[in-house]
Amino acid sequence: MKQLHDMTVAELAAGLKAKTFSATEVAQHFVARAQADTTGSFLTLNPEATLAQAKASDARIAAGTGGALEGVPLGHKDIFVTKDFPTTAGSKMLEGYRSPFDATLVRRLAEAGMVTVGKLSCDEFAMGSGNENCAYGPVRNPWDTSRVPGGSSGGSAAAIAARIVPAATGTDTGGSIRQPASFCGITGIKPTYGRASRYGMIAYASSLDQGGPMARTAEDCALLLSAMCGPDADRDSTSLDVPAEDFTKSLNADLKGLRIGIPKEFFGEGLAADVRAAVDGALAELTKLGATLVPISLPRTELSIPVYYIIAPAEASSNLSRFDGVKFGHRAKDYTDLESMYKLSRAEGFGPEVKRRIMTGTYVLSHGYYDAYYLQAQKIRRMIADDFQNAFKQCDVIAGPVAPKVAWKLGENANDPVADYLADIFTLPASLAGLPGMSVPAGFGAGGMPVGLQLIGNYFKEAQLLNVAHRLQQATDFHLRKPDGV
Amino acid sequence: MSLTPQEIDRIANLARLQLQPAEAERMRAQINGFFSIVEAMQAVDTTGIEPLAHPVAAIQDVQLRLREDAVSEPNHREANQQSAPAVERGLFLVPKVIE
Repeated sequence: MKQLHDMTVAELAAGLKAKTFSATEVAQHFVARAQADTTGSFLTLNPEATLAQAKASDARIAAGTGGALEGVPLGHKDIFVTKDFPTTAGSKMLEGYRSPFDATLVRRLAEAGMVTVGKLSCDEFAMGSGNENCAYGPVRNPWDTSRVPGGSSGGSAAAIAARIVPAATGTDTGGSIRQPASFCGITGIKPTYGRASRYGMIAYASSLDQGGPMARTAEDCALLLSAMCGPDADRDSTSLDVPAEDFTKSLNADLKGLRIGIPKEFFGEGLAADVRAAVDGALAELTKLGATLVPISLPRTELSIPVYYIIAPAEASSNLSRFDGVKFGHRAKDYTDLESMYKLSRAEGFGPEVKRRIMTGTYVLSHGYYDAYYLQAQKIRRMIADDFQNAFKQCDVIAGPVAPKVAWKLGENANDPVADYLADIFTLPASLAGLPGMSVPAGFGAGGMPVGLQLIGNYFKEAQLLNVAHRLQQATDFHLRKPDGV
Repeated sequence: MSLTPQEIDRIANLARLQLQPAEAERMRAQINGFFSIVEAMQAVDTTGIEPLAHPVAAIQDVQLRLREDAVSEPNHREANQQSAPAVERGLFLVPKVIE
């Protein structure tokens, strides 16, 4: 028998259902792996809570009332609030914070039977592309521990690549599921904006934030996503009235006749040769499976950088105004009056990147600048969304690289925040348009580092993306490889 | 465009952030660096384009729902205050605001 940590979500679910092993045995195995972790992926473990959840799972399995993913372990990005574990959002601001409730996605996955191993590291308030902005230290990429795992869902990606958990939640505002999935050689999907509830997901940029699953295979992502999606009408006003779906149903659909749009702007000068070679290789595999490649254009790709980095900080500056040291979160020790308490609490609680974005956001929303920056950005955002609709007249899905190069070295961009922003160029357009996007292992580039293929679908076409990814994974073995020493 | 130290101070005050002088100067340089890539946005002609707030509104009408104005939660005061910095008799404590 395969070791438990080498099994996929699907294999674990089947073994648990057949009572080949118990949820308690599985939980003990993964908790032990998490305790021995050297990547820094986990911020919090609570073995007692995990084992209690597993015991309840075993009781449901014995009673024959188990959910679709009964007893299968996962980790939650620390941006999702949880009752059983502290939630920090990677920030000193929320050190030791205990939520009185579970996020909707946490609750739905628990209702499907999943057992929480712990909380996974992320960039502070999900702001970053390398997980280096976490207040509790960086996460190391299991493929090369001198490199970043990507961000902001870096802990989720690294823990899956290091086989500490078979699956995890992530959130994607500007690429934070797809880019770490690419950097760590795993699979991740961000659904259409509004399909998965944002309730209990600590808000960064509300018009962009979207939760989704990360795992090793497209099939596993489909299993989790099926449990995650669906309206949350009373809790999330932007949640769409689109029913949940069984995303595993069409995984094996034939790709014959599928038109894959190749945006020329994703294959320009900025794309590293090693990444391009891996992406081209994956595209060649898809053509062997019957797909045809269609050249398309997304002319405002480059503009998505300033547009995103205006809109997201603007929304962040508003969302993060709740951290004032009164109802929860850090409060400074020495202050003279209410205003100095606010200012010092926020200065001490937030890290440098969060402060930069709050400052940028405050500025672009301030009197006299709102129209020139925020409103202008939202107008171009519509043009970017329209560009996609034009492109989808010629193709069914869009494919390209996730990031211009493989994972960079820890500290490489430390003094140049704009360098991190520029590296988000290929993930930002789909984020701004609210389209579903995913990253699938496409091969390896410089230094043996993983490269992901990005697939972008039209609204609500998650099943089609997962189908393309699954068929690619039937024809390739990149998603099965593991880093040395794991 | 380039932000002056006075503008940085003004924004920091609006954002209720106490910045140390060196931190404010570093931030000024970084934010100005960022605004160099924002210039490209200003050149785009957006006459007649509606701003896009909910992205799915690009293809369909999206209504922001309101839920019934009805009590849905029992009293969870203790759980809700468990992470508060300072609480007394169920009240959040703040520095004196009225003399």
